[in-house]
Amino acid sequence: MRTVLRALALGLLIGAAGFWLATGANRGWTKTSVPKKIVDDVTGIEGQTYEKKFVPGVDFLAAAVVASAVLAGASFLFGTKNNPTQSNT
Amino acid sequence: MKTQLTIVFASIGFATTLFAAPETFDFKDPKGINNAGFKLDAPLESINGSANGVSGTVTFDPEHPGATTGKIVVAADTLTLPNTMQQGHMRGGQWMDVTKYPEISFEEKELHNVKTEGDVTTADAVGTFTCKGISKDMTVPIKLTYLKDKLGQRVPNMKGDLLVIRSNFSIKRSDFNINPGKFEDKVSEEINLTLSVAGASAQ
Repeated sequence: MRTVLRALALGLLIGAAGFWLATGANRGWTKTSVPKKIVDDVTGIEGQTYEKKFVPGVDFLAAAVVASAVLAGASFLFGTKNNPTQSNT
Repeated sequence: MKTQLTIVFASIGFATTLFAAPETFDFKDPKGINNAGFKLDAPLESINGSANGVSGTVTFDPEHPGATTGKIVVAADTLTLPNTMQQGHMRGGQWMDVTKYPEISFEEKELHNVKTEGDVTTADAVGTFTCKGISKDMTVPIKLTYLKDKLGQRVPNMKGDLLVIRSNFSIKRSDFNINPGKFEDKVSEEINLTLSVAGASAQ
């Protein structure tokens, strides 16, 4: 159990960091929509629409670090398996 | 008789050209592109957003651009940010309080330093900016572009003219009671505003 929790913590941390990097390593807050520029051909006005898209930010990374720390911490609640020692006497 | 009538109609046409009435442009955009952008650049955080709930009317005379007057209104509940939670805070009671103060507006009363080149007029617009129920007299730079007979290209089956207004100016949070003095490391005191709007005068 101890090993499983630690592996989960490591997996969560690596997965979250990988996802954050893969989605553009946004150093701001997590975005749930992204602005998309649109240009009016006649007037030349540049407008903005918002597309629904999840872009994780540093708060997402922080949450992942906290969650993996909790998992890793929880692993200490489980003791090591005591293997029976063999005596040669 | 026929000649007299021709002269009368020709005279009316000439007079109409000479004394063309000012046109009233409606800034409610059926395409939803009209927008007001806002940018706050604080030491710890940069906030970029926009609002597309633009309306209002402007009276513009192509022969006398300096006589332009009008009012542009932005619906506060269309202020948008990419982060939903941040947007909720911005629209909430602590910051913009959009329920209590649903409109942000600029009412232009007169133009100074008017310079016209072709269809483009630049000037300093003197008027009243209102935000969160507080009105302040301000002078802001504006650029007016008159696009004659271009409405049909923008909105099919309609005839008329377009007037594009562009402006870029700054306001201070504390002047309009926008949570003054709080969180200035993350939400800057200065708010940079960019207005890009097109109005239509249908014939």
